[in-house]
Amino acid sequence: MTLQIVEPETSDRTRTGATVEFRGLRRSFGATTALDGLDLTVEPGELVALLGPSGCGKTTALRTLAGFERPDAGTVLVDGEDITAVPAHRRDAGMVFQSYSLFPHLTALDNVAFGLRMSGIGKAERRARAAELLDLVGLPQHAGRYPHQLSGGQQQRIALARALALRPRVLLLDEPLSALDAKVRLTLREEIRRLQKQLGITTFFVTHDQEEALSMADRVAVMRAGKLEQCAPPAELYARPSTAFVAEFVGVMSRIPARPGPDDGTVQVLGRTLPVDGRLPDADGTADVDAVDVLVRPEAVEVAADEEGTSRIVGASFLGATTRLAVRLADGAEVTADVPTHAMATLPVGAAVTLTLPDRPVLVDAR
Amino acid sequence: MARLSTFRFPFRFGRAAVLLLAGAYFLVPLACAVAFSIGAGVPGRSVSFDAYTGVIGADGFTDSLTLTLKLAAATIALVLGLLVPALVTVRLAAPGLRTLVEIVCLLPLVVPAVALVAGISAVLRWGPDHFAGTPIFHVLVALQDPNFPVVLVLAYTLMALPLAYRMLDTGLAAIDLRVLVEAARACRASWPRTLWQVVLPNLRGALLNTAFLTLALVLGEYTVAAILGYRPFAVWILAISGSQAQMSVAVSVMGLLFTWVLLLVIATAGRTRRPKETS
Repeated sequence: MTLQIVEPETSDRTRTGATVEFRGLRRSFGATTALDGLDLTVEPGELVALLGPSGCGKTTALRTLAGFERPDAGTVLVDGEDITAVPAHRRDAGMVFQSYSLFPHLTALDNVAFGLRMSGIGKAERRARAAELLDLVGLPQHAGRYPHQLSGGQQQRIALARALALRPRVLLLDEPLSALDAKVRLTLREEIRRLQKQLGITTFFVTHDQEEALSMADRVAVMRAGKLEQCAPPAELYARPSTAFVAEFVGVMSRIPARPGPDDGTVQVLGRTLPVDGRLPDADGTADVDAVDVLVRPEAVEVAADEEGTSRIVGASFLGATTRLAVRLADGAEVTADVPTHAMATLPVGAAVTLTLPDRPVLVDAR
Repeated sequence: MARLSTFRFPFRFGRAAVLLLAGAYFLVPLACAVAFSIGAGVPGRSVSFDAYTGVIGADGFTDSLTLTLKLAAATIALVLGLLVPALVTVRLAAPGLRTLVEIVCLLPLVVPAVALVAGISAVLRWGPDHFAGTPIFHVLVALQDPNFPVVLVLAYTLMALPLAYRMLDTGLAAIDLRVLVEAARACRASWPRTLWQVVLPNLRGALLNTAFLTLALVLGEYTVAAILGYRPFAVWILAISGSQAQMSVAVSVMGLLFTWVLLLVIATAGRTRRPKETS
């Protein structure tokens, strides 16, 4: 399964992506609020992954952009034009769905050509262009097959070709890989990314799989309860999460008990005083400011064997190049730390250790 | 093994016996009807196919059959035209109304044809007097046009609703309607084109079966037509049974065969034309 080299004429004919803006989008379903004032701007040609737990509103945001949901309030703008009231079939947005959405009564070629037929393009031209798209997704030999004769991965490639056939301004991917097995998913996500870059289409990718989001997207928009928590490039999102929710949702976080430091904007943790990234969680006056947690990535926690140490290793999980340790502190709290596997010779389970944190600002959350 | 064989024997025998009994129950009356229609077994008469060959030229045959087929076509169109958009809309936009629509569609099951026609007759008797001189009077007259009694189409549509609802609802449940519709809309298909080019082709089996059942209902319906004084096919068959009993039975046998053939054609057409799965 290799990606075909994109035909130059396809690239030439494809329009560049559009700017997409969500402004104060609100949408409720009965008592459930799916979107609670969502604001997000996506630049032309960008691939933005909408990431979040179930019910956070990511799919609703995508469906609102597609025209399948009407927001209760707020606007959707594409290239500055308000399309909130434009019907779905006039939005110029290609979409790939989570479930296999190919039309069962049409062959792969006819499926890809369907949108072109709806646009009134002549038979010869639409068949040629559909064949070109099938070539692009690496399935030219499956043109005459019906959906039930194709595997899940092949069906999603055809669905992608169908979405791209109309050269849309925006490409919407609603968890297109979640029904596929792990190997196909990995291959297809690389292909989607490469196609998206080659064609330069502004793309929204809804997923609940953080690895998928971090590996594919230019920026990841983490959503929670209908709102945007943070939208940033994957590396920034991982290294500098702006909220405790983002920190714990993206990647693994270790919570270490701490106390506010002597100066404003500092915290005492593991016997050191470190600056706080942001501010202490006492802004609304409801949090117990004497009991906070410092959030750090497991790989940022340094573990050193120390017979005098008050912490003890209580568990170890082999992860390949690294081993994840569970370390119990003197106060009974457990901290997760990643160490190189080769260092495990000096860090057996049961060993006394000392934990240290790097000298940089840390994220703090209420305990 | 020996014990197994002794168990198998009565089982096989029992199965054959059931098949034989069921076959006899179904085929013996049919064979008797065919025998009667060709005069077999009647003392002093030779076997003849006159009852079959004479059907085409029989008085009233063409008119009654033509009227019935026209009524059937109109009923099928009305049933599908009403139910398909309604059921699609309910599934996509108002799933909460599904139970109400189901109750309304299944209601004719508990209303006997005699009660239905009694109500229709009462309205048709009362209406013209009450609405004389108004446009409604002309509508009521047009409804009862002997050349094409629209009132029968309306009655047949009501009677066909339960079966049609079940068929179409099952057909819609078998496809992922929402995703197909949204995929079509994302491919720039307007609502009418989505319905025509995506939904209906994937409901082909359900549509054909609905059409077949409605046709069978209209072909065999007697009560409403007879009481309202019209003479479609079923009424004509009964009318000639007094004077030409053999022909009456011959027409019934041919009707049965015609229905079987039609069922076979629909079953074949309803089967999707797809090659065998290769992956």
